[in-house]
Amino acid sequence: MSGPRRGAPEAAGDLSLGPVCPVPISDYPTVQMAHGGGGRLTQQLIERMFVPSFSNPELERMHDGAVLAGGSERLAFSTDSYVVRPLFFPGGDIGSLAVHGTVNDLAMCGARPVALTCALILEEGLPMATLWRIVSSMKEAAAEVGVPIVTGDTKVVDRGKGDGVYINTAGIGRIPDGIDISPRRARPGDKVLLSGAIAEHGIAILSVREGLAFEAPIVSDSAALHGLVGPLLAALGERVHVLRDPTRGGVASALNEIASAAGVAIRLDEATLPVAPAVRGACEILGLDPLYVANEGKAIAIVAREAADEALAIWRRHPLGRQAVVIGEVGEGPAGLVTLRSSIGGSRIVDLLTGEQLPRIC
Amino acid sequence: MRFVDEYRGEPEAQALFAALRRDTRQSWKLMEVCGGQTHTLMRSGIDRMLPGSVGLIHGPGCPVCVTPLELIDQALAVARRPEVIFTSFGDMLRVPGSTTDLLAVKSAGGDVRMVYSPLDAVKLARDNPDREVVFFAVGFETTAPPNAMAVWQAKRLGLGNFSILTSHVLVPPAMEAILSSPDCRVNGFLAAGHVCAVMGYWEYEPIAEKYRVPIVVTGFEPLDLLQGIHMAVKALEAGRWGVENQYVRAVTRDGNPAAQKLVTEVFEVCDRKWRGIGTIPRSGLRLREAFLAHDAERKFGVSGIVAEESPLCIAGEVLQGIRKPSECPAFGKQCNPERPLGAPMVSSEGACSAYYRYARLA
Repeated sequence: MSGPRRGAPEAAGDLSLGPVCPVPISDYPTVQMAHGGGGRLTQQLIERMFVPSFSNPELERMHDGAVLAGGSERLAFSTDSYVVRPLFFPGGDIGSLAVHGTVNDLAMCGARPVALTCALILEEGLPMATLWRIVSSMKEAAAEVGVPIVTGDTKVVDRGKGDGVYINTAGIGRIPDGIDISPRRARPGDKVLLSGAIAEHGIAILSVREGLAFEAPIVSDSAALHGLVGPLLAALGERVHVLRDPTRGGVASALNEIASAAGVAIRLDEATLPVAPAVRGACEILGLDPLYVANEGKAIAIVAREAADEALAIWRRHPLGRQAVVIGEVGEGPAGLVTLRSSIGGSRIVDLLTGEQLPRIC
Repeated sequence: MRFVDEYRGEPEAQALFAALRRDTRQSWKLMEVCGGQTHTLMRSGIDRMLPGSVGLIHGPGCPVCVTPLELIDQALAVARRPEVIFTSFGDMLRVPGSTTDLLAVKSAGGDVRMVYSPLDAVKLARDNPDREVVFFAVGFETTAPPNAMAVWQAKRLGLGNFSILTSHVLVPPAMEAILSSPDCRVNGFLAAGHVCAVMGYWEYEPIAEKYRVPIVVTGFEPLDLLQGIHMAVKALEAGRWGVENQYVRAVTRDGNPAAQKLVTEVFEVCDRKWRGIGTIPRSGLRLREAFLAHDAERKFGVSGIVAEESPLCIAGEVLQGIRKPSECPAFGKQCNPERPLGAPMVSSEGACSAYYRYARLA
């Protein structure tokens, strides 16, 4: 970020891919951490640089994965990279996360995962025992999900040029007939369901990374969600309109993306948002809003109003959905706006953040 | 959650709104001094639920917002030095100086780190004897004791490589500056509860007496603020002035003597420039002579750096309560959280940012 940029013209309206970078590089001549934060800068990078560059109808759906027609059946295809620090954290590690994350992206397309790939970028000097722990964890996670890792790649970079291990996984999944999941399908009257308590992964990572000790240990929620999503789709079919796992940027960012894609408003009720006491306490102390903190084992489902009770009952029968709740509903407009009814009955906008949340001074 | 939920209840809030409607007969302008209070007002939607005759003016109590531009520029100059590990609370990292911000210095290779306590910076200095560790010590009377403790410890441990770049400011002189301004529109104050937890509220008694205003020491939860507003309105309606304490669960008249003693031992009162407002006599703290070895401004010779504010930005008038953020011609246009012209748009506590994020519904 190059600071206040006084008197600079508004970001150029011309997004054609000329010799000029479409992200306003006058504003950001270098990549900032916020470009990976899941907020507005991430969105700008995707919308202004990647989507126009690789333009095609699948990409432009802006979903967690692409849906491809493969003969008589439809396939979901997705990829994600994992750079988490530390490599091992309460509730998981980079290996299990790399399996869960891509499985979840497929599940959010309504797909049953079929196969994963695994590409490792290793830093010279990484202890072999560490690599073994990570690979063992991937093996275990993949076995639990019931999806094979069918191909892979390994690269080693010079010491100091990596950060131990980076992992990329890609996956394909099969979408059953009668399923139509897309962020654009959110419609006025739909109910917004959340599968459980939020912000656990982000706070767990923060607590180990920054050496913050809380009275109760906070554990990442990293988990594969296809088992939660499967029964929902089997029972409700097309009445499930949108699925999304609110990872980076949290529930707030995921719902903003959906509201924009569908051209609808989403209204939340703060009182219904499930947050574990220890996580809530940590957020209060640090001045963080749990709505913007990452999850790795939670799903949002937007379903037709009349299907909401059944959806809730199905989720609550699953171990990963015991705390599932309806957190809000979809309204006509203003398009793209997410609002929240506060605990005392007021209302406010839940906006996309510019970058990552920063703890406050006091 | 205990100590949180009991201050966020809707029935209690409705009762306080009803009491306010009942007891307010004239039109009053109250200033909440602290940015944290502004944040709660916006976040819970209180500002738009108050009777129309009770107006809130957002005061200068956001440490990020009032830190002068040249001090940010000095921080950037220090942070760029290869021998320096520059440490700061999270929300100072995004505050724009004249040309750039600390996050951009970090992405250009500067060693800029976020810490949660100045004592973490002291530990860094101990662990990195070959590096210079600088902590960006800004804030009000709330952050002064831990910052004083950091310097005091560094001196005791003989850590010549630890220094602070400081611009501490004090609340009572700023309140006097506002009250003595011919443009003053403030009828009463909500004083910052956490500042008073440290300093007590005896300092405010002569101000209340001299300017004949009610000053209510107020906490940070929605019900605290509603009760504080109600107390101030009742005093105004009754023609009373003086200091009242809403935040009895944390504040006594004398405050925390141990913290005050430490602050007085390490710091002395000085004239201080406030961003957007100008110099206020005896409104800041600087290191005493015995601790000057830990003064980064002196150590790195950056005191000569001066800077000009953006001509478009009306942050000074916003901080003094003369104009609302939404009355600024640049608000939401040339100035937004991605491209802040002035500091109140940067900090999540800043009045402009709070307006942008929570109040655009209107």
